[in-house]
Amino acid sequence: MMPALSLVPIWTTILALGVFFYVALDGFDLGVGMLYTFAPDRNARGLIMNSIAPIWDGNETWLVLGSVGLLAAFPLAFAIIIPAVYFPILLMLLALIFRGLAFELRYRNAEHRTFWDHGFAAGSALAAFAQGVVLGAFIHGFNVKGRQFAGGSLDCFTPFSILTGIALMFGYGLLGAGWLVIKTEAGLQDWARRLGRYCLVGTALAIGIVSLWTPLADAHIAARWFSTPNIFWLAPVPLITAALIWYEWRSLGDGSEYAPFLAALGLFVMSYLGIAISLWPMIVPGHFTLEQAAASQSTQAFLLIGTLVLLPVILLYTGWSYWVFRGKVRADIGYHG
Amino acid sequence: MRLDPEFLSRLQFAWVIGWHILLPAFTVGLASFIALLEGVYALTRRPVFLNLSQFWLRIFAVSFGMGVVTGIVMPFQFGTNWSRFSDAAGNIVSPLLAYEGLTAFFLEATFLGVLLFGRKLVPPAMHFVAAVLVAVGTLSSSFWILATNSWMQTPAGYEVIDGRFFPKDWFAIVFNPSFPFRLAHTVSAFYVTTAFVVLGVGAYTVRRGQWLAEGRAMLRLALWFLAIFVPVQIVLGDLHGLNTLEHQPAKLAAMEGLWDGGRGVPASIIGWPDAAEQRNLAEIAIPRVGSLYLTHSWDGEVKGLKDFPADQRPPVAIVYFAFRIMVGIAVLMLLVVATGLVLMARGRLDGSRWYLRLCQFTVCLGFIAVIAGWTTTEVGRQPWTVYGLMRTADSVTPSLTGPDVLASLLLYIIVYLMIYPAGLAVMLRFVWRGPMPTGEAAPVESGRPKSPIEALRSEALRATGPETAT
Repeated sequence: MMPALSLVPIWTTILALGVFFYVALDGFDLGVGMLYTFAPDRNARGLIMNSIAPIWDGNETWLVLGSVGLLAAFPLAFAIIIPAVYFPILLMLLALIFRGLAFELRYRNAEHRTFWDHGFAAGSALAAFAQGVVLGAFIHGFNVKGRQFAGGSLDCFTPFSILTGIALMFGYGLLGAGWLVIKTEAGLQDWARRLGRYCLVGTALAIGIVSLWTPLADAHIAARWFSTPNIFWLAPVPLITAALIWYEWRSLGDGSEYAPFLAALGLFVMSYLGIAISLWPMIVPGHFTLEQAAASQSTQAFLLIGTLVLLPVILLYTGWSYWVFRGKVRADIGYHG
Repeated sequence: MRLDPEFLSRLQFAWVIGWHILLPAFTVGLASFIALLEGVYALTRRPVFLNLSQFWLRIFAVSFGMGVVTGIVMPFQFGTNWSRFSDAAGNIVSPLLAYEGLTAFFLEATFLGVLLFGRKLVPPAMHFVAAVLVAVGTLSSSFWILATNSWMQTPAGYEVIDGRFFPKDWFAIVFNPSFPFRLAHTVSAFYVTTAFVVLGVGAYTVRRGQWLAEGRAMLRLALWFLAIFVPVQIVLGDLHGLNTLEHQPAKLAAMEGLWDGGRGVPASIIGWPDAAEQRNLAEIAIPRVGSLYLTHSWDGEVKGLKDFPADQRPPVAIVYFAFRIMVGIAVLMLLVVATGLVLMARGRLDGSRWYLRLCQFTVCLGFIAVIAGWTTTEVGRQPWTVYGLMRTADSVTPSLTGPDVLASLLLYIIVYLMIYPAGLAVMLRFVWRGPMPTGEAAPVESGRPKSPIEALRSEALRATGPETAT
């Protein structure tokens, strides 16, 4: 029985937005965490840490919403995908725990400072890598029987997923560098711009390889992109991506403060769009469409009512807190610049 | 030995939830306490309340951070290890979990940031509102997560189609039969747990004599609160038990260690429930009293474990002892609070060092009781994930092998055994430093950023002025 009005497109949009918010927000603070390893001195480390201290746990909350949102809107996809990426998820969670604790313990445990410093950087890197592996495994598809994942727990580690893991580390690094350009000044900002360019090279290479690899490995994806007339409609995606890469390179070099971060976000939007175009309308690639994996109509409706009210409120006060903590982080007056 | 992925997954869930629940057990109450302190400070402008708020905020920040990261683990457990449960019950439990995120997590995380870092960036009234919103967030989180848990204990408002649960009546799902009792009993338990921590820290502070005003305030606030809430908690527990008797009789029989049901059943005080022999070894029991407190009649009828097939009984010994630990702690709590009230009435509270020392030890009572209570209700739900409808054995992820789960469980054990002691050490250091800003944290080392916590300390210094801070 098909309902008169399907809520699936709305939920697809909300979930896609939720995951994107997570990727954008925790992406930059995981990226900042990785760049932290290369910070020139202790003073810089303190500034870098303070640039994300008041917002990181709010950012990570989007991960909870993403996972629970997937369970709520597409329970079947949740029940298949999450077991299939058992170990990357485990590594991500443990890395996030370590990293979160480092925020609290780094300052107060003078004798353990280096240990938690390393924990913060390594946790950020591992979490980013693990999320990339999840993404790669997701694009690659899973071994499914009936309504369950039927493969082994290590199947998700493939050359492709390792590549996407590394790719996401560079991508998050780029976002993090963009964030630090906004939040810091002078020498530290120059340092962030320099690292941002390294990350951009890695990101651009990774986008290129993934864009070639997926259509070569999957005839469906190749047909989606290269058949006429699709090729004309979809050509802007790679073109805009290329333009953004060029613009990102330039803005990291000139004095613009917000452009590097925004262009990096743009690159994430385009990559996200590219993946969505490749996989649409599957949520478990090769097995279940969004419509097939969706929760019951009543479930979707019950949650939608609250979400439509609460999500804008959340965005509003999250935006407000970013406004409260706007401006540069400065050393001499602590966080309260 | 063959590694059983179901058993190991249960151990893993018990491990991660057991450690996680210690944090909400503390932060739910502490958030409300901080909001109260901020409110009283806003009204009276007495520095003692600001100092206390700043002091507890430091400790709150650490425990809340730990709660966030260990909490993120939880929803993923449903997917990684309990995927068949997720597929079967996702339609019902997932919106409740999602509402927890939407109504609680963002609120807490965002306004905690403002509370910790924003005292100078937002108006004082907004700062107080932030404290209230964090507290509201923690309560809302309790509401939704306990609604989810209660539905698994006493499912309602659903229909089953092809082995999967579908919602029929959302009000019945959320306000399922055990929910109001579980919510009241659990939140009250969290408040009591926090109050015992405040009591212990207050006692320690008074005993050291350095920040007497703050210590005395903590001691008295905690005692008055506990004088009301420990008895209330015991009544709520009794009501919750009667609700269990009605809706989960097998669990109740395991709590009571009652094998043979019937009229005029005994109350088992202590013994060793032997599942193989289906009786309690070395038992001390009082005849007929069980019926009296369970049914409020000397020969009320109560079902025993033997009234249920062996494959529908929970592991009796665990439930039996966990329940006794919880009740035993309730009695201890009553004694501690009653003693404190007597001392307070005689004006000897601050001078009775033996009692202050005792209060330091009772800091852990609430936590042990929460774990014991949680064990009682969760192990008591076995062998079901959805009580009476879906077995735990049918809920586990089918693709998992024993070594998979063993590996993940070992990693969780290692990481949790590293972070919990580290977090506890930091919180103990705050307690040791005491509730007043110390000179060390004042207008900080030039060129170095202050840690968020040190920033708080110097703020407190400024707000209270040098005359009270020395």
